[in-house]
Amino acid sequence: MHNRVQKKDGGLIGMAEQEVTLMKGNEAIARAAVRCGVDGYFGYPITPQSEIIETLALDKPWETTGMVVLQAESEVAAINMVYGAAGAGKRAFTSSSSPGVALMQEGISYLAGAELPGVFVNVQRGGPGLGTIQPSQSDYFQATRGGGNGDYHVIVLAPASVQEMADFVDLAFTLAFKYRNPAMILSDGVIGQMMEKVVLPPYKPRRTEEEIMEECPWATSGRRNSRQPNIITSLELKPEEMEKRNVHLQAKYEEIQKNEVRYETIQCDDAEYIIVAFGSAARIAQKAIETARAQGIKVGLFRPITLWPFPAGEIAGLAHGKKGVLVAEINAGQMVQDVRLAINGEEPVEYFGRLGGIVPEPDEIVNALKTKLM
Amino acid sequence: MKKEIIISGFGGQGVLSMGKILAYSGLMEGKEVTWMPAYGPEQRGGTANVTVIVSDDKISSPILSQYDVAIVLNQPSLDKFESKIKPGGILIYDGFGIINPPTRGDISVYRVDAMDKAAEMKNAKVFNMIVLGAFLSVCPIISYEGMEKALFKTLPERHHGLIPLNMEALRVGGETILRMK
Amino acid sequence: MAQNTDNILSPENVVYRKPKLMNDVQMHYCPGCSHGVVHKLVAEVIEEMGLEEKSVGVSPVGCAVFAYRYIDIDWQEAAHGRAPAVATAIKRLWPDRLVFTYQGDGDLACIGTAESVHALNRGENITIIFINNAIYGMTGGQMAPTTLVGQKTSTCPYGRQPELHGYPLKITEMAAMLEGTCYVTRQSVETVGAVSKAKKAIRKAFEASMAGKGSSLVEIVSTCNSGWKLTPSQANKWMTENMFKFYPKGDLKDTTGEK
Repeated sequence: MHNRVQKKDGGLIGMAEQEVTLMKGNEAIARAAVRCGVDGYFGYPITPQSEIIETLALDKPWETTGMVVLQAESEVAAINMVYGAAGAGKRAFTSSSSPGVALMQEGISYLAGAELPGVFVNVQRGGPGLGTIQPSQSDYFQATRGGGNGDYHVIVLAPASVQEMADFVDLAFTLAFKYRNPAMILSDGVIGQMMEKVVLPPYKPRRTEEEIMEECPWATSGRRNSRQPNIITSLELKPEEMEKRNVHLQAKYEEIQKNEVRYETIQCDDAEYIIVAFGSAARIAQKAIETARAQGIKVGLFRPITLWPFPAGEIAGLAHGKKGVLVAEINAGQMVQDVRLAINGEEPVEYFGRLGGIVPEPDEIVNALKTKLM
Repeated sequence: MKKEIIISGFGGQGVLSMGKILAYSGLMEGKEVTWMPAYGPEQRGGTANVTVIVSDDKISSPILSQYDVAIVLNQPSLDKFESKIKPGGILIYDGFGIINPPTRGDISVYRVDAMDKAAEMKNAKVFNMIVLGAFLSVCPIISYEGMEKALFKTLPERHHGLIPLNMEALRVGGETILRMK
Repeated sequence: MAQNTDNILSPENVVYRKPKLMNDVQMHYCPGCSHGVVHKLVAEVIEEMGLEEKSVGVSPVGCAVFAYRYIDIDWQEAAHGRAPAVATAIKRLWPDRLVFTYQGDGDLACIGTAESVHALNRGENITIIFINNAIYGMTGGQMAPTTLVGQKTSTCPYGRQPELHGYPLKITEMAAMLEGTCYVTRQSVETVGAVSKAKKAIRKAFEASMAGKGSSLVEIVSTCNSGWKLTPSQANKWMTENMFKFYPKGDLKDTTGEK
């Protein structure tokens, strides 16, 4: 099962193999990060995502790729370490679960304001407050609306499998650096804790100093060759200037919305009904669709992969002329608002969800489809 | 082929490891697998369960409403999952400590006294392999050879000496299982 | 006349000049404020160590928020209190660079206490320049963690009372107790002699950071004549008579000479 060995230097033998293996979503994030040339991880343990920092600590990437791994004193410190690293042109990320991500919102807003390519992972659990350690999708609003202060967006990727946990690490960094914007992987306890087959990405070396200078001429690592100093800041006291900065950000967000919408459709061709679901809820919805189709109900799945930018136009187009749309999510009805905005009253849109760490079973979604739309 | 399996018992009985060995074996045989634990403090002494799906095709949901097979290792697990077995499905339970045995008539019910057998073998640690052997004898989704390969793959090398004992436990499980209904 | 001046303005006659790394912009600091002097010392030391192309400063929230306007090196502006976390990552990922933070008492010893203590305790190879003027300058003179007992501010207008407000925090003494620090010192910049000592301290701290000896903290006991509602010279006198009693000057810890 070992194919494609891309060895960079002697220190990397054994980690360069591309191998089909079984691991948790959290482990996949950690192992993919080492392989896609990430420079640093800064994190603070919290269930259900502690395997990310534990896996990194076990694998000791500082001895192979030179990746820095540091357990921070808090989520607040961790996200600000990501700020420092990203501001210095490095590929760095942090991970947490809902209460910890709430703490990080200050730093995330600063990353957005200073236009820094930091990456963070939220393996969601139920809230509010300390809540529960069981899975949830109740941070959808926080993720897609910005979460911290100010008018901003982060790019939000929602993996629905362990494979996507691995694949979205590099994608998140690519998008973050392309747009100089924070990017987030919004997962949950189901995807983080379950084990599935995964093919880790092929090994990609960390960028050299020259490559970083070329990719990030704005980065602060010392103003080499007497260039003008680089300043990373989100501060601008003159409102006229701050408005200009905001207009620039909004123009960038429009560009991202134009270019980066990602989604998947399953069995939609002959569908009379559409279920819209993301992440683990989309997996459960798929099973619900199998069950419903066995009962003769023609239903398909629309799965947004980017939650921001949201595939509003694509959902509206697909829903057009259908008998109804059911939004299934593990929260009290958050994405349903975006779906309703997209469909704008043209077709009926209903919501089904479970709360507080209860993960809905496939049959519950089938029942909701029947009782709410049929 | 697709088997949707729940394994449930007390924390510390090796429920999650049993699921892991099953999932790894499926992986080694080129099948699609998911392993979804009920995670959290339950692992430590409370009830623990894991859903394992082994399939020839891509797997949709790791969370299920009903199961093809339930392997239950204590009374609370039996109470919780007996009703969630698909009609025609399989229930395997360890008789140890079971006061209210299963009642359903539309499923195949098997009993494996793995706790007792492990005691006979003077090794409590083979308990979960006896259960797995029992399961594989009535639901042969993975060959014994596949299991052996998986053990070599998943166990650290210093424990490879224990593999013959584990394989023996698998066979004992197959011989011990009793059809109840 | 012009010719005479030219004769005098020759390199061999220079006794003092603005450091090259100080930008030619008007400072926003109040007349009499200690910040300007400390900025100049930082700029001079970086220049003298030849590190202008290898330095990254991290500025705080507080009066020194615009430090990046004045010293001609790369800067990151951190969220309030988070500068040591930001600096930790920069230094760990660019280990051969000079990375320092420049923080006030509110930033370092109040909202950012956790980040300060943990970065220092981890022994990050960074320097923290700590301006302690016992008051919140930028927001208009509120109580700081280092405000002295009895000192009046807009949020303790009747004077700091321990039973109401707790005690002033000697965070520099705390830093000296941490295993990760190699150099912890308390200086001031109100006289020529003090300025000279403060500069030596900053140099020693930066050298320790570059040599990877651990964390350094250089506290500068400072004035805030606007916040204290005193003239600059009254402020210096008040600092000398009151601040130095509670915040005694000198090195609190120096293991930089050890292997």
